[in-house]
Amino acid sequence: MSKVYIALQDNDESRYLVEAIQADNPTAEILYMPAMIRIEAQNFLVVKRASVEEVMGRDWDVQEIHLNLITLGGNVDEDDEQLTLTWNQ
Amino acid sequence: MPVRAITPDYCGEMKDKVENFHGNQIVYVGWDHHLMFCAAFAYPLPPETPFRVLRDQVMPEAFSLHPQWESIDWEQTTWLLDGAPFVPQLDTGLQAQGIGHKSLLRFQTPELKGYQNAGV
Amino acid sequence: MAAKKLNIKDKYRLLTRDLDWEFSYQDRKQAFPFEEFEGIKITDWSQWEDPFRLTMDAYWKYQAEKERKLYAIFDAFAQNNGQLNISDPRYVNALKIFLTGVSPLEYQAFQGFAHTGRQFSGVGARVACQMQAIDELRHVQTQIHAMSHYNKFFDGLQDWSHMHDRVWYLSVPKSFFNDARAAGPFEFMVAIGFSFEYVLTNLLFVPFMSGAAYNGDMATVTFGFSAQSDEARHMTLGLEVIKFLLEQHEDNIPIVQKWIDKWFWRGTRLLTIVAMMMDYMLPNKVMSWKEAWEVYFEEAGGALFKDLARYGIRMPKYADLIEQEKEHISHQAWWTFYTHGHAAGFHTWIPTDEELDWLSEKYPHTFDQYYRPRWELAKAMEAKGERFYTKALPQLCTTCQIPMLFTEMDDPTQIAYRESLYQGERYHFCSDGCKDIFDEEPEKYIHSWLPVHQIFQGQCGGPEVEDILRDYYRMNVGADNLDMKGSPDEARWKLWKGVA
Repeated sequence: MSKVYIALQDNDESRYLVEAIQADNPTAEILYMPAMIRIEAQNFLVVKRASVEEVMGRDWDVQEIHLNLITLGGNVDEDDEQLTLTWNQ
Repeated sequence: MPVRAITPDYCGEMKDKVENFHGNQIVYVGWDHHLMFCAAFAYPLPPETPFRVLRDQVMPEAFSLHPQWESIDWEQTTWLLDGAPFVPQLDTGLQAQGIGHKSLLRFQTPELKGYQNAGV
Repeated sequence: MAAKKLNIKDKYRLLTRDLDWEFSYQDRKQAFPFEEFEGIKITDWSQWEDPFRLTMDAYWKYQAEKERKLYAIFDAFAQNNGQLNISDPRYVNALKIFLTGVSPLEYQAFQGFAHTGRQFSGVGARVACQMQAIDELRHVQTQIHAMSHYNKFFDGLQDWSHMHDRVWYLSVPKSFFNDARAAGPFEFMVAIGFSFEYVLTNLLFVPFMSGAAYNGDMATVTFGFSAQSDEARHMTLGLEVIKFLLEQHEDNIPIVQKWIDKWFWRGTRLLTIVAMMMDYMLPNKVMSWKEAWEVYFEEAGGALFKDLARYGIRMPKYADLIEQEKEHISHQAWWTFYTHGHAAGFHTWIPTDEELDWLSEKYPHTFDQYYRPRWELAKAMEAKGERFYTKALPQLCTTCQIPMLFTEMDDPTQIAYRESLYQGERYHFCSDGCKDIFDEEPEKYIHSWLPVHQIFQGQCGGPEVEDILRDYYRMNVGADNLDMKGSPDEARWKLWKGVA
């Protein structure tokens, strides 16, 4: 088991993203650092369009995550519905 | 294969051969376990420079800033030339006693352990 | 009836498959002449897939939005005299290193990816390299714009691209990228796309930038994070490159492993300067270099290599040594610059007592034993009015071009010396890692432009060090260099802040 992670700029939109990520990944750990939020999970993390739209109350395109993304670790897979990070171990 | 290149038999130009130093050769000198100086020093010197001149006229400018420089007993000091034990001949030229271009001289003063005995 | 909206998988397929064409009257090998000489075997380029499936329309849309956000912050920063809100004027010296040492590498990365993209016959890889080339160009531009504001108020930022080509310590980053760009396209991708982007740029753009925010520099943290959001894509590309090469042919595995060994070592050496920036140049501390290294190299890199083990790839050579060095290199590097502060294009200083205590706390195994005594010596000399500047030029490593300042990990007060003989000529190295790289391809490194040797050959003007600094490096001697104490930067800051 290894940690996948995603770091987001600490701003208004990211607060919704974090809320959605927390809901879909209950074991994920959220770390607040100056100007950034780092989210870590064991082997797998998902960001779901539907969950983000639910908390934002508007349409949200998965690719919009690039606007607030700082960095990530893990094998990426992205389509219209979700972004996933995975370690195959 | 000395290089992986798209040009067959590619050769680099040797930038630091002795001919490029206008009659000098490069000699490096380092004082082991004295890290007030972060690295060995590089000196461009004529190959016939006597060792005594290197030690007593060239080295002091930089090395003498060390508080232990004055305490060095050169009789007790040991030397390595390019990694092998070496006894310098003070009145012989560098090249004549095997100190070549880009040779590294290191000296050890085991009784002096650096500032605060910390290898500094 | 309106056309059905394409999903991103379909859009990506249209861009990266259907835009390619067969060569009817030209030999494909002649069109892509760089593709074979490195020994890498590609059997099927169509297996290439960008996991983000980014297409050009989406790329322009989101990049434009990132730029708008970024420049709004630059404007606000300038309009509010943001330079007055930084924690301490010493901090700006980290930006001087960034602009002279890092930003020009972004431009080299742009050149490298533009060339590499042209040389791949697979269209997916070509598109990804094209986007990355444009990203890198954006990074150098935004960094210049962000730091141009500081140039109005602080010394040392005025002639960064000239300095990058000439100043002794800047040959370290410059030669690193020259080495990568002079390699074939696949090695370049493993060097920069994978080794550098996946593990090492994180250390610069994440904890250091978080530190910039913590020191009140909103302009820098914003360009940093904005750049790193592109890097997140680059990292993903880097990992895909590796997996793609390893899946294409088993003969690729030993070649890729050798490149990983080389470029992790080279990258680790290069990051010595970032280690020093984090531990010594951020007045407000976020985390130590050692802690950052543990998160982004050991933990993130460790997970990565566990994932790659199934292809037969192991951790980079000397990973165990690298782990020990994290306790030492930042201290060794800052001492080197402190003692060469007369020849640096930024200011240096003795850490404050509180900072020395912070270093003791963060480096309990090494700092008090090996490094605090150096600062005690510097303090004693300064108190006597003899601020210490080294009076001779240092020996350099032929491969990484860093002064030979690294020590043996089993004897940390002894400089590590390694050497090789090649065609009767002696070459010196700071480490086994740098020696291995030379021994593998000596013809590439015998023409290293080593600044100390170039000075002795008379190629850099002179004869005095001050002549070289002023005329060849174009430093404003007495303003850009020397100690922070007594500098014009310090005097102006005190004036602005109304302190005596």
